[in-house]
Amino acid sequence: MKSKRDTPSCAIGASVILLIMAGLAAVAASAQARAAPPVIRIEKPGQCVEPTAVMRRDHMKMILHQRDQTVHRGIRTSKHSLKNCIDCHASAKTNSVLGKDGFCESCHTYAAVQMDCFECHSPSPRPPASANSPVPTRSGIASESARRAAMAAPVAATRAGGAAP
Amino acid sequence: MSLDRRSFLGLGAAAFAGAAITPGLRLIELVQARSPEEAASTLRRWGLLIDTTRCTDCEVCVTACHTENGVTGNGRPSTDAQWIRKVALSDKRTGHAQTLPLMCQHCEHPPCVDVCPTGASFKRADGIVLVDKHTCIGCRYCVMACPYGARSFIHETVADQKPDVPRGKGTVESCTLCVHRIDRDEQPACVEACTRDGGKAMVFGDLNDGAGDLRQRLRQEPSSQLRADLALNTGVRYQGL
Repeated sequence: MKSKRDTPSCAIGASVILLIMAGLAAVAASAQARAAPPVIRIEKPGQCVEPTAVMRRDHMKMILHQRDQTVHRGIRTSKHSLKNCIDCHASAKTNSVLGKDGFCESCHTYAAVQMDCFECHSPSPRPPASANSPVPTRSGIASESARRAAMAAPVAATRAGGAAP
Repeated sequence: MSLDRRSFLGLGAAAFAGAAITPGLRLIELVQARSPEEAASTLRRWGLLIDTTRCTDCEVCVTACHTENGVTGNGRPSTDAQWIRKVALSDKRTGHAQTLPLMCQHCEHPPCVDVCPTGASFKRADGIVLVDKHTCIGCRYCVMACPYGARSFIHETVADQKPDVPRGKGTVESCTLCVHRIDRDEQPACVEACTRDGGKAMVFGDLNDGAGDLRQRLRQEPSSQLRADLALNTGVRYQGL
């Protein structure tokens, strides 16, 4: 009677050991097959707009805040803007923050966090101002502002009555 | 010599008026060009005047708009986005024909904003009517509400957007009056192109600026709003219709 009872307990013990070994093997195998760590290639070395630890944790909050400021209020400071991120972090090779080794995409793939920014936003930086584009120089803006200010100056009295037609 | 009450009050009033209307004395704050960290202000209201008598048969404004904003078609006119289009008008009795550019009229009371269920369609402080594509769910109520047919829905995936003009599938868009250019103190692309290559038919400016070119023209010459019966008080006005 006793030996009969021993046989199934031995079998259970053996299968448990086998399972544990199989589990360990699977863990070892999956460690090899895991997603590669992200490629963080800094194209323009130097200090980012905030310390690295802050950027890693809070970059999405900054972009979200800036987004509403820009769209609704027309505030276009560049410090925390998505365009500023892209201008600095786009790969020199692909001219983009996307792609396998792209600054944004490689990290987001590793972290399995979907980003929707680039459904609409361009992942490439703005063309340089020297290109034949209508992007103005800072001096151009300054002179335009001065012209408007000069135009507005002698008109204070007329403006008082100037409601929209 | 003594002053009677009436002449004393008269002198006092004249002195006060003289002080109040002295040149250089600012009765209200002047509008200056904005810096990037300054929000758009209600002191301004951007508008356009389009002189249809000078509007020629060209499509310079349409091309300039679509180039500036990266609006490209897929060869399917019924669904391709259209921010601005040329409309041909002809009087059947007299045969008189004219064309005019038609785009978002940037209403003071925009119906697209009234119907938007998410608040994505909104009017900026300086009167520019925009779509916040982050909150647009693509329901297209605004497309139906706009009496000018100015809004387009993006049916297909968009690539190669301009960094200044994000565009994406599943959202609604329309003329932004080139808000990214206005924010850096430039004119909309259509106005710049029309002045350079077209019939010089468009004037851009601040409807609140009594001394600006736009208000001068509106004061001196007759102009009209499209569908003025709807009382939307459009920011885009037409001449010669």
